Amino acid sequence: MTEAAPLSPLVRVGRLLADRPILPLILLLVALVVVLELMNPGVINQRWLANTIKVAIPLAMLAACQTLTMLTGGIDLSAGTVATISAYVMATLVPHLGVPAAMMIAMACALVAGLVNGFGVAVARVHPLIMTLGTGLIAMGCLLVYQRYVIATGVRIPDLLLWLGIGRTLGLPNGLFLFVPFATLIIWAQRRTGFGRLLYALGSNEAAARLSGVRSWQVFFGLYALSSLIAGLTGLLQIGIVKTPSLSLVLPLDLPSVAAAVIGGTSIFGGRGGYGGTIVGALILTVLATMLTLLQMPEGARRILFGLIILAVTAAYIRLTVKD
Amino acid sequence: MSRILAQNAWSLGLAALLVALLLATKVIQPDFGVSGLDSLARAALPFALATCGMAVVVIAGGIDLSVAAMMAVASVTAAVLMDGSSDASALPAVAAVLALGLAMGAVNGALVVLTRVPDIVVTLAMLYVWGGVALLILNAPGGGAAPLLRGLIVGGVPFLPWLPRALVVAALVALMIWLPIRRAKLGLMFYAVGSDRLAAFRSGVPVGPVKVASYAVAGLFAALGGLSVTLSTGIGEPIPGPYLLASVAAVVLGGVALSGGKGGLLGPVLAVFVLRLVRMDLTLMNFDPNVTTIIEGSIMVAVVMFGGLMALRGRKA
Repeated sequence: MTEAAPLSPLVRVGRLLADRPILPLILLLVALVVVLELMNPGVINQRWLANTIKVAIPLAMLAACQTLTMLTGGIDLSAGTVATISAYVMATLVPHLGVPAAMMIAMACALVAGLVNGFGVAVARVHPLIMTLGTGLIAMGCLLVYQRYVIATGVRIPDLLLWLGIGRTLGLPNGLFLFVPFATLIIWAQRRTGFGRLLYALGSNEAAARLSGVRSWQVFFGLYALSSLIAGLTGLLQIGIVKTPSLSLVLPLDLPSVAAAVIGGTSIFGGRGGYGGTIVGALILTVLATMLTLLQMPEGARRILFGLIILAVTAAYIRLTVKD
Repeated sequence: MSRILAQNAWSLGLAALLVALLLATKVIQPDFGVSGLDSLARAALPFALATCGMAVVVIAGGIDLSVAAMMAVASVTAAVLMDGSSDASALPAVAAVLALGLAMGAVNGALVVLTRVPDIVVTLAMLYVWGGVALLILNAPGGGAAPLLRGLIVGGVPFLPWLPRALVVAALVALMIWLPIRRAKLGLMFYAVGSDRLAAFRSGVPVGPVKVASYAVAGLFAALGGLSVTLSTGIGEPIPGPYLLASVAAVVLGGVALSGGKGGLLGPVLAVFVLRLVRMDLTLMNFDPNVTTIIEGSIMVAVVMFGGLMALRGRKA
């Protein structure tokens, strides 16, 4: 090892940021919070913190679907629909079947959607964007038909989900009891397990991965099934937060979940990124939404700013981390 | 002859499917005729134009998720400009809307090229931006449309009363924009950039400007689509319609590869009419409209799966 030439501090900072892509994101998050406090002194308190985390959790969970599928170069646009279905089915079945059975059936519905996605992507080799879009359409139609038959029966949301959704412990939302183990599991799985490494391998170079003996169809099958199960779980959590089932419960989170993963540094072409960044991305989006609400601008201007900021953050991030 | 047949096999299959569906419609609803055809064509017009725009971008190797939002901007702009004005002032309004469409598309394309962010992410962000612009222009559905222009797409063609005007307008507009491009160098460059960016660059194709051009053409089609929404309903609609998913579906069903560089505009437009006709037939057969959605999605998935399996088989053979 030869002594490296002394680098100017600026270059070193640049390298550090490029090597640890999560750092600039955290800096951005802190900067946004500071701006928020300057805009509206006193708004940052424990109550605000708890609310932000509460709102960000479902978004971060749904973004897990996007992160995992994007690692292989795919995407899961059916996630929002699947989450809505699992929540709706669960809420309408609880009065008839009781809580455990209703939850099992809801997750089974999600799993079916995931298996269809998996079959299309893994076996029929359909582009994931098209496959999940189509599955989402079909699933939405099924939900609308289902909804006509259950309209008279009441809905009930299990106490457990309400506790998770709106309850607090020590000032922090109970959703963390679900999310912290969930996030730990995902990050552990993507970094330390064979399955996680296969995702990166398939995303970087599918042909090479296949030639080195990876049965890619099995991985894709498992991946899309897992993604839909995560979406189903997100739906169950979200209904605890919103408290009323509706046909568009999680749908508004669909595109933001893609945005959260992209801001978090996961490449949409696969092979790069991770769930840690996605969590920060979801927090950034949530803080941003609060900020835009506080600005009291017309809805149109808020949407424009939201879009421009997503674009600016992603562009800056790519400049910073991708070396040609 | 057989070469032309082979090249257009997919479109011919779709055309045959369309004819079969039309016959089926006649069987289901014996009094299906001129007015049915007219309403079908008018309903399909915005979808067809959105699909054309999407197809051009996809051929050039991109994807534009902001198509429906740009249509909303065009629709409200047209409605505001034409509200209460005379027929004479309608033409400048149309020209302004089309220029706006070109500009919006060019902005999308320039952002894709300059920021080096993937197309899908840029246009996802621009979906919010254009949606916001539409809301700023018109907060709720309103405005008006010039009667002269409305007359353009309602009813049949003189002397050929069975031929819906909307269909003629769609065909004329698509041909007038796409044929010159397809025949010129620019069209060739779209296909070149779409099939292999690097190879195109090394053979001297200005990749960046070509990408911007493809998005600008898509913006132009989106503006026409938005205009057609305003003309057929008579008001401007600031909330984007269901055109995004439908146009992606029709592009794929129409034989344009999402990886770029393959396909044309005929297939996707035929696919739009096939999808609309399926929807109409199911409604005529008294199906629940929600079942229609399920069937539509299943058709799309089944066709794409079939295409994928066929491609796989072709590679093995």
